[in-house]
Amino acid sequence: MTEITTISGNRGLMLEEPLIFEQGCPGRIGVDIADPGPVDEDRLGGLARQGAIGLPDLSEPQMVRHYTRLSQKNYGIDSGFYPLGSCTMKHNPRLSEKMARIPGLTDLHPFQPQSTVQGALEVIDLLAHWLKGLAGMPALAMSPAAGAHGEWCGLMAIRAYHDDHGDSRRTRVLVPESAHGTNPATAAMCGYSVDPVPANERGRVDVAALKAKLGPDVACIMVTNPNTCGLFEDEILEIARITHDAGAFFYCDGANYNAIVGRVKVADLGIDAMHINLHKTFSTPHGGGGPGAGPTVLSAKLAPYAPLPFVVHGTDGLELVEHAEQAPGAKPFGRVKGYHGQFGVFVRALAYILSMGADGLRQTSSDAVLNANYLLASLKDVLSASFDGPCMHECLFDDRFLKDSGVTTLDFAKMLIDEGFHPMTMYFPLVVHGALLMEPTESEAKETLDGFIAVIRALAAKAKNSEAEAFKAAPRLTPRRRLDETLAARQPILRWKHGANAEG
Amino acid sequence: MRYLPHTEADRRAMLATIGARDVDCLFQDVPAAARLDQPIDLPAGQSEMAVERVFTRMAGKNLSAGCAPFFIGAGLYRHHVPAAVDQLLTRGEFLTSYTPYQPEVSQGTLQYLFEFQTQVAMITGMEVANASMYDGATACAEAAVMAARVTRKKKIVLSGNLHPHYVQTTETVTKHQGLEIEALAPDPFGFEDLMGRVDSRTACLIVQNPGFFGGIRDLTQLADACHEVGALLVVAVAEPVSLGLITPPGAMGADIVVAEGQSLGMGLQFGGPGLGLFATREKYVRQMPGRLCGQTVDQDGKRGFVLTLSTREQHIRREKATSNICTNSGLCALAFTMHLTLLGETGLTRLAKLNHAQAVRLEQSLRRVPGAKVISQTYFNEFALYLGDDVDAAEVVEKLAAKGILGGVAASRFYPHWPELRPILLLAATETNSQDDMAALVSALNEGL
Ligand SMILES: Cc1ncc(COP(=O)(O)O)c(C=O)c1O
Repeated sequence: MTEITTISGNRGLMLEEPLIFEQGCPGRIGVDIADPGPVDEDRLGGLARQGAIGLPDLSEPQMVRHYTRLSQKNYGIDSGFYPLGSCTMKHNPRLSEKMARIPGLTDLHPFQPQSTVQGALEVIDLLAHWLKGLAGMPALAMSPAAGAHGEWCGLMAIRAYHDDHGDSRRTRVLVPESAHGTNPATAAMCGYSVDPVPANERGRVDVAALKAKLGPDVACIMVTNPNTCGLFEDEILEIARITHDAGAFFYCDGANYNAIVGRVKVADLGIDAMHINLHKTFSTPHGGGGPGAGPTVLSAKLAPYAPLPFVVHGTDGLELVEHAEQAPGAKPFGRVKGYHGQFGVFVRALAYILSMGADGLRQTSSDAVLNANYLLASLKDVLSASFDGPCMHECLFDDRFLKDSGVTTLDFAKMLIDEGFHPMTMYFPLVVHGALLMEPTESEAKETLDGFIAVIRALAAKAKNSEAEAFKAAPRLTPRRRLDETLAARQPILRWKHGANAEG
Repeated sequence: MRYLPHTEADRRAMLATIGARDVDCLFQDVPAAARLDQPIDLPAGQSEMAVERVFTRMAGKNLSAGCAPFFIGAGLYRHHVPAAVDQLLTRGEFLTSYTPYQPEVSQGTLQYLFEFQTQVAMITGMEVANASMYDGATACAEAAVMAARVTRKKKIVLSGNLHPHYVQTTETVTKHQGLEIEALAPDPFGFEDLMGRVDSRTACLIVQNPGFFGGIRDLTQLADACHEVGALLVVAVAEPVSLGLITPPGAMGADIVVAEGQSLGMGLQFGGPGLGLFATREKYVRQMPGRLCGQTVDQDGKRGFVLTLSTREQHIRREKATSNICTNSGLCALAFTMHLTLLGETGLTRLAKLNHAQAVRLEQSLRRVPGAKVISQTYFNEFALYLGDDVDAAEVVEKLAAKGILGGVAASRFYPHWPELRPILLLAATETNSQDDMAALVSALNEGL
């Protein structure tokens, strides 16, 4: 293929787009705003801004074109297969978007009198009812804003329980080595030290090692289930038992709940607290990094410590409890964020849940696990599977199949981009070398998986066939090729400044 | 089921490839005692039409802000969001992408984050901003923790003009991090003495501007006082539109600025999701929480963007990370930056002036309510109204609601333990209020008091 150069730098549908700061022109406007009219006397106390802010002025058509062009430089689930392990990139139904835009659900202020928002409280209550029912757990903290925030909420409730019971010796949290980075970071935020637990040769928690580490100074364990290797912790009941025997709690990272939703109740696994990423299992869009929501189910022991606010059934309908004394018996550990939780995300998740129903959700986890096992079965002879199957909703490979090829996991992933796929998760979990973690989700048809499998098989053959150069050069067909991350970190340029950000 | 593509034939073929008899076999690692062989006892799935009916019914039980004279603020403000914002927000390439870990297929997300960071730094008057936090309250808590890290001191002083949810969130986040919180009493009249509160043990002082009760403060001397004892000044902004008209915190010496970005691009959404803005000085950037997008070049030397300085973050640093945040508020940041792009310098300035003018007009109309008095000496688009010694503002709010008016929020909703605050009503005015709205509020207050 000869390199085609154009005068403009554009390449057909691949359009170059300058920063907004490079295309403004003072005096344009993209929103018509009424003339403020004369104000006799301002009430700014002499603190009116002096000098310009520096924002560019654009018209609406320029703005629309800018963001349309930017969107075209992105890959989403809507564009194609996105097997990003641990992230559950499933289809985002458009009904959810439509429901979230009903004025009676979106144009509501959190401090309206409660009598005027009974329908909104019903959304929260109904979603909570479903999540508790699916998990089999008695209580739920609705307000956490994401998975990591839910982890913190769960651990704060655990700490509140121990403190309330005068048990201040518990200063350690046991976290498997395969855990996501948020787990140890969360434990540290709660004032705990983190003690890693090794995995056994089957990719699960080494129960003997766990047992040896448990003791009267352990506050809780944080175990992801299914774990980050895509495996169900088959000794989970024993894990729960020895944890409880030591007086500690079992926090479960529920990032991988999509594998078991509708087929297994969290309560039946001996779990005391678990967050549910609505932006994973319940299909709310990831939006390029958020927003999410991480409602956290709690056992009866932990329930009294749930944070404010929460919804209760009162005599005049639903009531939002904003202060501890409104709810006798409650000992909330505090407040985790402003207002009443990620309401816009709740609406979307509930629309999905009502669409799927208990039967559809069971089919969801079944198909998600089926798809992952199909990838595993179809690829294990050409890639190196880290563990034997069956896997749950994702399958893990390591880089042994690339040994001596000169190709790395990163190169392999970048080559997939040119083939029109989003890469899998790379280099996570840390417990295997050069991890490639694939999570197909239930949204993908067999044809899509077959197309992906064919490409992976061909690429694996290419890698073994000493075509490392081609891999190193990938991707070649994207708006930008590999980016210099070392330069970005060594000489950080974190914003536009006049005259400082010239196009390279 | 419309979201699930497999036919039974597909499933059979795939099971054959796997070598499993049925799907249940794939769940063999689940302890038998925990395996459910039936769907959970909850309703079955429904069609789009049926689900729409459920939501329409629930929506019908709410009084939406657009259907009432509406004056509620208290940290979240109702602004007109231009149609183009939401239309573009639903483009699947934005909506359905993950965090931009693969920069070659995420230049769209990365470029708008870079533009967003620049806009946030500009309006706050700071040098750098991150790619968002969950909301203003959590951003505020993160600022407290960061200040302690930077100064290696432990005392965090919270002004009585800081939003009570920011106060409570900060208290909760810092509870087990060895910090000492000194939260001052609510300060509706703007009397508190903050200068006397900072000393050599202080990590930071956190003030809100405009304050929770409306007041706008010159923070220059406070900043100097903080810096003299080695403390940081953290400024929280709950209404970013105010930055179109008033001196930004950065110009008054702030070291960290946190804000709630909801005002631009997002609408009310019953208070969530929010958008935490976080800006600081360049010298503190390595102590900052949250994702950062930076400029670099690609293999061909072309300008491009990547996530950077991630050695601060949980996926690299684990228990030593500056924060545990992972998923943030990406799409809300997009809504914010799109709205601000449409406004530009000219539009933000004009919008801010209009908001202030509306609030001044509201104050003037309220002079017709006997016994009521605006107690905020200064304000932007929200102020505290004292209704009279024996008046319970919470009751007034309920009476107004019964007349179909969403007439502000009673201070007692936040401060139930402060009887002296019972007569105080917080009222906000924005460009969305009409003269008729104001007239309706005034006449209802006259009837109700
Ligand atoms: C296993 C695991 N735990 C925790 C998290 C954190 O969740 P969130 O990004 O919603 O905060 C993730 C998300 O990437 C994850 O994969």
